[in-house]
Amino acid sequence: MSVPHALLALLSEGPKYGLQLREEFEAGTGEVWPLNVGQVYKTLGRLERDGLAESDGTGQDGPQKRFRITPRGQDALAEWLRTPPDLTSPPRDELVMKVLVAARVPGTDPHEVIQAHRLYLLELMQQWTRLKEGEARDDLSLALMVDAELFRLDAVIRWLDAADVRLARAATQPSPPSPAPAPVPQLRRLGSRR
Amino acid sequence: MNQPERGADGDGTVNVLELRGVSKTYGLESASVQALAGVDLSVRAGEMVAVMGPSGSGKSTLLTIAGSLEDPTTGEVLVCGMALAGMPRSRKARLRRRVIGYVFQDFNLLPGLTAAENAALPLELDGVPVPKARAAGLAALEALGVAGRARWFPDQLSGGERQRVAIARAVVGDRRLLLADEPSGALDSVNAAEVMRLLHEACQRGGAAVVVTHDARLAAWADRVVLLRDGRMTGQTTRPPGPESLLPEARR
Repeated sequence: MSVPHALLALLSEGPKYGLQLREEFEAGTGEVWPLNVGQVYKTLGRLERDGLAESDGTGQDGPQKRFRITPRGQDALAEWLRTPPDLTSPPRDELVMKVLVAARVPGTDPHEVIQAHRLYLLELMQQWTRLKEGEARDDLSLALMVDAELFRLDAVIRWLDAADVRLARAATQPSPPSPAPAPVPQLRRLGSRR
Repeated sequence: MNQPERGADGDGTVNVLELRGVSKTYGLESASVQALAGVDLSVRAGEMVAVMGPSGSGKSTLLTIAGSLEDPTTGEVLVCGMALAGMPRSRKARLRRRVIGYVFQDFNLLPGLTAAENAALPLELDGVPVPKARAAGLAALEALGVAGRARWFPDQLSGGERQRVAIARAVVGDRRLLLADEPSGALDSVNAAEVMRLLHEACQRGGAAVVVTHDARLAAWADRVVLLRDGRMTGQTTRPPGPESLLPEARR
């Protein structure tokens, strides 16, 4: 989450004080992402330095200072909104590693390992769904965030399902004559973490 | 855990549905297929259970047996504490009409009847006088937020409205056990979630539901998710903690 750009977005609605920005940021993200005051002022300082925002110029930091977005800030915000985020794979997805390892450790049933993770993920999804059912009905930001979380977890469960089928299929087929040392798998991101 | 009698829960309340050691085998001898193998499942009043599993895992068989449409090969089925085994056909049919409501994947509304008539149909078939059945149908439509469509025909309704009418028909007359097979059909994901929310609300009004789905996002609406594989229950979620556990400390 880009805090500088989120603050620019809030400033694009009109001039605001630091504390106000913090409150609006938290409300706008369904209060799931907390932000401390220090972070807000530090970020505002950087925005000012880079010419993306300006303050009332009393020269003093603190709650009395009001900030507004500059034309350069408007441009930077517009550009950020349309720039794709970094979706490249993390080097080691922990859940993928666990399943790969489970398939190799003697005496370990990979299906059991997969099942344990599947149940845990389903429980997480149940909790997010309760949150959506309870509070998010009137809170658009929270509903959007919860949906994103549910789709992400759903994708992980689907991968587990596919892994389950692949492992079952592999177990019924005779293994190749002399298994060469397996190359380090090039993993694509499966989203078990943000 | 000791076996409760007559489908009673530990605290003495009667489970809406109870399957005990239910197995189902289709076909004969060498060509037989075991669709279910020793399934135990209790569903309390107010509870919504989702059943997940790959195709061929026995999900739909479980539903038809719970709905008394098929008999298990071995094992017991109790609905509201009443054992289905040995129950005369006529009583079983009455149980199906009065206690059990079905929600189908393709809605199955009768095209020649209005929304209100569709919703009232199960009661009319059960011999309830027409005015009383219509009033109950209308109340069910009201509860599902489609009372304004009472006089519309299915082909005049949107997909989401049609499914609301289908759920109204399933709960009409205070039926206790809802059975749903992929109830969100071909609806988009927002409307599909809405269907699950409505089923969950129906449970909170005192019913119980068993929903078969392959979609984890829909199953997550349930109070409990049961996983089936090759006819066996391979696991289930434990009662999850409240959603507040997901929020950062600051907010709690």
